[in-house]
Amino acid sequence: MKNTLKAIAAFYCDGFREMRLGRTLWALILIKLFVMFCILKCFFFPSFLKGKTETEKEQYVGGQLIDRGTNHLLNH
Amino acid sequence: MLASIDTSMIDWSRAQFALTAMYHWLFVPLTLGLAVIMGLMETQYVITGNAFWKRTAQFWMKLFGINFAVGVATGLILEFQFGTNWSNYSWFVGDIFGAPLAIEGIVAFFMEATFIAVMFFGWNKVSRRFHLAATWLTGLGATFSAWWILVANSWMQYPVGMAFNPDTVRNEMVSFTAVAFSPVAVMKFLHTVLSCWMVGAAFVIGVSAWYLLRRREKELAMASMKLAAAVGLFAALATAGTGDQSGVQVAKIQPMKLAAMEGLYDGGNGMPLTLVGDIKVPKMLSVLATHSIDGYVPGINNLLEGGYEQPDGTVALSATEKMQRGQLAIVALSDYRKAREAGDEAGMAAARQTLDENMPYFGYGYIKDPAHLVPNVGLMFWAFRVMVGFGSYFIAFFALVLFLAWKDRLSQFDWLHYVAIASIPCAYIASQAGWIVAEVGRQPWAIQDMLPLNAAISKLETGSVQTTFFLFLILFTVLLVAEIGILLKAIQKGPEK
Repeated sequence: MKNTLKAIAAFYCDGFREMRLGRTLWALILIKLFVMFCILKCFFFPSFLKGKTETEKEQYVGGQLIDRGTNHLLNH
Repeated sequence: MLASIDTSMIDWSRAQFALTAMYHWLFVPLTLGLAVIMGLMETQYVITGNAFWKRTAQFWMKLFGINFAVGVATGLILEFQFGTNWSNYSWFVGDIFGAPLAIEGIVAFFMEATFIAVMFFGWNKVSRRFHLAATWLTGLGATFSAWWILVANSWMQYPVGMAFNPDTVRNEMVSFTAVAFSPVAVMKFLHTVLSCWMVGAAFVIGVSAWYLLRRREKELAMASMKLAAAVGLFAALATAGTGDQSGVQVAKIQPMKLAAMEGLYDGGNGMPLTLVGDIKVPKMLSVLATHSIDGYVPGINNLLEGGYEQPDGTVALSATEKMQRGQLAIVALSDYRKAREAGDEAGMAAARQTLDENMPYFGYGYIKDPAHLVPNVGLMFWAFRVMVGFGSYFIAFFALVLFLAWKDRLSQFDWLHYVAIASIPCAYIASQAGWIVAEVGRQPWAIQDMLPLNAAISKLETGSVQTTFFLFLILFTVLLVAEIGILLKAIQKGPEK
């Protein structure tokens, strides 16, 4: 088991060490993931229902769906 | 309140989602298409032991790797948008949408991640057969990913296998198999994945043609073109076949989408198919939509007015009647929740019965005007023709390339090489046009008949959506420029000596 894990680790280490174009691509992937998760997700895409309990979410969305429908009826 | 939902905010949110999805879809088709072609090349290597096929497979694998690296995770931004811009929708569908996406994330992603490492790092370290298995499993993992995403999308077009729970205001899955193997999901998967193989084939042929024009890598280019043309021809014919089946499904399930695709306002029996302008093929629309020469195809006006016999034998309701039934459903939901708060069980049961009877029309209760039920006819009409037109072109193109490859005359025609290079963007345009037909045709619905966009959207400020729209535009453009730059450099360099 230990030898298998060592062999797998060595396989990945050698693979990463021998990369050429792959290094540029990995840099691109890491920059992209950083922008997506540390900037976009944190500052621009918070979950709209974040901070609400399940019951609060249910009440909020239920209220929204009813209000948007019934207000529309009143406008008629 | 509806009055406070700014329609420009809905449009900006739609534009943002469309932008993200379309950019994401620049990367996906090449991943799925190249996976098959390089898998076949490596299979040739394992069967014949000819090192030429190893070198050829490795070259296309490098281009696959570039595309995969630049495109990976771009689809996650769509999930950010569900939580932020479309929170009502996300809550409303949560249990249905969550399962396929969770499976996609866990199983398919890890499958890809494991085998892609063996594919790139494993040459000369694992056996030929194990490496070949890893290459095919990488492609299979990507295809498996596509399956679950397309299952989720198909459910939005054809919601089945669920029940609406008025206590939680959510749809709950009652049949996983009905969701995962709905006829729409199966056909959408086949149509989409096969069309991706066409994109992969067009890419391989175009790049190979560039080598032939440059009088370089002749053996690799000719062999790649031959194999890609065979894959492309099979995929193009199968895409046409699955497209035909999808057409029949759309006629039954989303007749407004079909009417918009055809720009058909007044339908009838034995309807002709409009090619462009006044050029029509008699009876063909009825044949395509119903597989019957005199089949009835409703037009936009018929769908709004109702009163015609539907395929299941029932008489179609008018848009106004559906809107009234939808309003009954919304009021019943309100009554149910009030009765629940008051502990009035009889009131809950009565409201529940009304809700269940009218639930198939729930979304119509949010529609202000029947005209809002009609998607953008001009965009649909032309997007459909671009998709079908390029699809037909590619059948002829792949057949010609395969014929010339068979006759060993591929290198003789420079004009064909220019055409092949120009065909690469055409394949992408056809693929994007297909998604425009599928998604614009579903409008105004987020979920067909159940939830329109004006009910699905979060109450956000338009300005914040505009800001993120332009942020995405910049981010994706940078990624696209990076991909094209790295790809061109790798192509110019050519395969390893």
